[in-house]
Amino acid sequence: MSKVQAPDKKDAPKVEKIRYDKNGKRVRSLAVPRSLLWPALVAAIVLTQIPFLATVYFSTQRWNLLRPDDRGFAGFDNYAKVFSGSELYSSLEATFVITGTSVLLSLVFGLGLALLLNRTFFGRGVARTLLITPFLVMPAAASLAWKWNLMDANFGLFRWVMNSLGFDAIQWNTDVPIISVILVLVWQFMPFMMLILLAGLQSQDSDILEAAALDGAGKIKIFFLMTIPHLRQYIEIGVLLGTILLLATFDPIFILTGGSGGTKTLPVLLYEKAFIALEVGQAAAYGVITVILTIIFATLLLRTVFRIFSQQGVR
Amino acid sequence: MNNLKASFKSWRRSVTLGGSLLTILTWVIVVIVVFPILFMVLTAFKTETDAAAFPPKIFAPVTFENFESVFDRGFAPFLINSIIASVGSTILVMALAIPAAYALTIRPILRWRDALFFLISTRFMPFAAVVIPLYLLLSTLDILDNVGVLMILYIGMNLPIAVWMMRSFLEEVPVEILEAARLDGANVRKEIIRVVMPIVAPGTAAAALIVFIFAWNEYFLAFNLTANTARTLPPFLGGFVDARGQFLATLSAAATLSITPVVIAGWLAQKRLVRGLSMGALK
Repeated sequence: MSKVQAPDKKDAPKVEKIRYDKNGKRVRSLAVPRSLLWPALVAAIVLTQIPFLATVYFSTQRWNLLRPDDRGFAGFDNYAKVFSGSELYSSLEATFVITGTSVLLSLVFGLGLALLLNRTFFGRGVARTLLITPFLVMPAAASLAWKWNLMDANFGLFRWVMNSLGFDAIQWNTDVPIISVILVLVWQFMPFMMLILLAGLQSQDSDILEAAALDGAGKIKIFFLMTIPHLRQYIEIGVLLGTILLLATFDPIFILTGGSGGTKTLPVLLYEKAFIALEVGQAAAYGVITVILTIIFATLLLRTVFRIFSQQGVR
Repeated sequence: MNNLKASFKSWRRSVTLGGSLLTILTWVIVVIVVFPILFMVLTAFKTETDAAAFPPKIFAPVTFENFESVFDRGFAPFLINSIIASVGSTILVMALAIPAAYALTIRPILRWRDALFFLISTRFMPFAAVVIPLYLLLSTLDILDNVGVLMILYIGMNLPIAVWMMRSFLEEVPVEILEAARLDGANVRKEIIRVVMPIVAPGTAAAALIVFIFAWNEYFLAFNLTANTARTLPPFLGGFVDARGQFLATLSAAATLSITPVVIAGWLAQKRLVRGLSMGALK
């Protein structure tokens, strides 16, 4: 734990009873750190694991809040219903299309922004500050601003732009719901990718880049052969974290489209099953499926993060 | 001032045609990216008629009446709920996270890695997956629509991020300083409060700000587990959805008021934002 040489026994203060292991290293009791950790662990377990176990239990129950008397053990009936119906598959498709496209586009635009910000220019700090704003703005507020101020077919700014360009106006969030949702999500997550990739660009050793330039490597060659490989782990973290956050996205979709027109992602479907249809059992089954999907991405993410930690070295 | 001059000079030296074009491009993109928010803030200061006018008026005579009508529509209680839920949960999260991070870094327990990964794995579960049992439990206990409950639930949401962030800051505390404090006979309490905390104060502030931002913006739980008395700002704003544009200026004013504290907090924390977003994996 420490590289500082352990003091001789006789020099040690006599405040607490101090023991040393056979290498002369001080042995400190683990009781204290344990007592510091357990409140956090208990809070995490009570607030997240127990509700999830309850979800698993409810997913085996035949239980609709509209028919409270008809309740009982249903085994895997809820899952059978979920898998034999079509809602799960259309929802998986919506989730896949919206999450996948949003992650990919925000990564590409985020990389572009990070490259633009990785230069020295006047007002760079201000530009960076302004560019992260979409990620800080309350998603509910931002979605409403997009929906009414920009996308509305009667007085929105997009109507004016399209009319000026000679096109007919459309009601964005109902005529092209998937595009509208992706547009807002990309706008919101682009700064997130930008920040992560900018951290990657700035961690690149400028001496090596200069040496490569002196050796006659062109800018494009340096970018593809050196910068992109260096950015790989940053891209991985960005993609995995972005995927996990976007998989759980609810408010922008709910506010923009209410889940209509191919935008009913798993969280929106789950919300409808639970709070509109009051199907506790089925909603819980969807919940379990959503968690399993997320765990797949989370496991990949943890491996990546762990690799970065082992490279940095841990005390 | 001298600094500004120096940076201006170095900027002048670096000016080339291609560079200038890239700088102009960058600023054009900045304006486009910020525009949806800027337009919303501008709309907040227009009359309702100007806000719903076509073609849209980007600039219109300034009025403050929307902010008055926001408060007439009962904005204050929702604002207070948001403050209680996010400030309260931030304080509690930090109170749990700092000792936990200490036990995972400076005096690591055995299997600290497992504890760390268990904590973060709890953050990956979408809240949609657990909202049903939460709802049923709260309704059985008759504590739906309770801002204290919301505050507690936000602890579960933010604790892992806070622990991971604090851990990455505590790792940078020099071992020598800790050894010196221990030789002086400092116990754990003193060591944390007198030695560790002053060193990681900026990081702690950043972690708290990020936790605060996530709690402030949270929609799903607030929307499903509160009705009227405990409702926070995000679902309150969502309630404007049916406005059909009639209250666009008022909505923009309410949204502007709702985003301001967090946007400023985020700007202040931006240098450490990336560490928080990557859970401490990236510096």
